[in-house]
Formats: sequence, structure tokens, C-alpha cells
Amino acid sequence: MVYNPNYILGMKNIKFLFLGIFFAIVLSKTQAISWYRFYEMFKFQSFHMFGIIGGAVVISMIFMQLFKKGIIKDNNGNKIVPKQKKKGFIRTVLGGTFFGLGWGISGACAAPIFVILGFKLMPALILLVGAILGAFFYGLLSKKLPN
Amino acid sequence: MDFLLEPWPWFIGGPLIALSLFLYFYFGQNFGASTNFETLCTMAGAGKVSDYFKKDWKQRDFALLFVMGLIIGGFISAYFLVPNPAIDLNPTTVEELTDIGFSNVGETYFPAEIFSDDVVFSLKGFLILILSGVLIGFGTRYAGGCTSGHAITGLSSLQFPSLLAVIGFFIGGIIATWFIIPIIF
Repeated sequence: MVYNPNYILGMKNIKFLFLGIFFAIVLSKTQAISWYRFYEMFKFQSFHMFGIIGGAVVISMIFMQLFKKGIIKDNNGNKIVPKQKKKGFIRTVLGGTFFGLGWGISGACAAPIFVILGFKLMPALILLVGAILGAFFYGLLSKKLPN
Repeated sequence: MDFLLEPWPWFIGGPLIALSLFLYFYFGQNFGASTNFETLCTMAGAGKVSDYFKKDWKQRDFALLFVMGLIIGGFISAYFLVPNPAIDLNPTTVEELTDIGFSNVGETYFPAEIFSDDVVFSLKGFLILILSGVLIGFGTRYAGGCTSGHAITGLSSLQFPSLLAVIGFFIGGIIATWFIIPIIF
């Protein structure tokens, strides 16, 4: 049944598959998956990535206000409320720094790893295995780590 | 057709990423990418080792479909939509990277010094990628998000933890590019 295309296309969440394809094309076409683009961002040598991320944040702020005021609801008519992020100075700054180190060296953040599979299969697979291992180590240690 | 084949400028990227975020929320889910690393752990059976991973991954089918879309979209882009992968870099960037031994800087998306097959299958090249991956997986889960979840969703919804996380991203990224890359290459 799973292999029947009508079954897959009839799935309620199939729209996320198309959204993923769209998002991957946007990241690829704007070079937001390129190692060089992140290198120059962290070296403050180009405006490109700041423009992309900054622009995304500013426009998303408008959407968030429309969600908050209830002007835009989700497709089931429910109010849209972004999840509250976990609080904690050490976890956010230290966790963020670890991620930044991996991102700065490999030029890949979470979503682009999956996109890069299409461009550079082996390196992206190694990054992905590493990331899954990293999440696994976090799960093992999560209760012992400072917040 | 030209528009599909030319690189898109930065001012197209921001609005289209915001549109993706909007649709993700409109479809009833919270925008982000890095939780998938945990979901993939759960699917690989990590629940047998730690209760942390005892979750029902089928509830995240939407996110797994999104990830499948990212992979498909990556292949479509790589094979059909990026005929000219040259990056218009700052001459300073090109000079700097050339100085530390990078060749053909900016001619493709990914430098051969990290992404070519012979490098990937060398011990050093493999370690660079696998350790970066571990830092990405561990760091995003500890911080509670990545560029999508913290920098875009979190900052735009004015969440203080996301500001701290983004400061962390830059501390790490600056240490990596200013100090670690010149040492390892």
C-alpha cells in the first residue's frame, strides 16, 4: 500500500514534501548552501547571507505579528502559536557555539545538509551520520548537561 | 527560463525563506530542521539505549516528508537548476583562501579541499566532516534549534533564548573561520 503513489499523494502531510522541494530550491538558487557563502559571512566579508537571513527574519516578524493577532490562522482554523524555546543561558550559548563551530568548518547547517546530498553525496552523508551521532550523544547526556 | 538558471540575488532569498516559514506554520507545524536528527535517532532504534529517544516518530511524518523534499529538491537543483555554480566572492575572501592553500576559490559551491572524493576518503578529510557533523547535531539539540528554528523562527517571534543561541552560532562560526580553518589547512 505504501508503494502505491495514490496512497502517498493522498497523505494529509504530503504538502510538506513539496514545501521541502521548494525550500531546497530556494536555498540552492540563492547559494545559501555554499561553503564559501558561510565562510565569508563569518568573516564579515560579504553582505549576501546577512541580507538573506536578515530579510527572512524581518518579513517573518510581520507574519508572526499576524499570527499573534489572530489575523492569519492555520489551515484548520486554529491560532498559530510558535513553540516557546527552552530557556537557559548555558544551553543556548554553549550549544549554539558548538553548532557554530561545526557550521563554520563544514559550511552546513541543519536543513542544507539534506540539500547538499544532491550536490555532494558522500560528504553530505558523512555530515549527516555525524549529526545523527551528535544528536544521539546529546540524548544520552541531556540530563547531565548544565542548562 | 533565464530566471530559473541564473543565481538568485539575496533580496529574493529572504522573502522566499519567510514564505516557506509562513506555509510551514499555516500547515499547522512549527518551522525548524534540526529536530529531525533526533527523529532519525529514534527511527534507528536509539530508544533501546536511552529513554530520551522513546518517542513516536510517526507523529513527525510531516517533518520527515519535508526532509525527503529537501533531498529531492537538492537533486533537482544540482542536476537542473545550477548550471553555473560560480560564486561572486569578495576578492579579499578569494585571496585569503588561496593563501592558506585553497585552489579554484569560488568556482563551485563546495571547495574541493573539503568536499572532493579523495579528500573525503582521507583520514583528515573524513574527520573534518564527521566531527563537524557531530558538533552540528549535538549543538543544535543542546541549543534547541538551528538556523531555521532559532535564527529565523525564534528571532522573528522575539524569543530571548534564540538571541542567545544566535550569539553562540556566531561565536562558534567566528572561532571556526578565523582560527580553526587556517590551522587545519
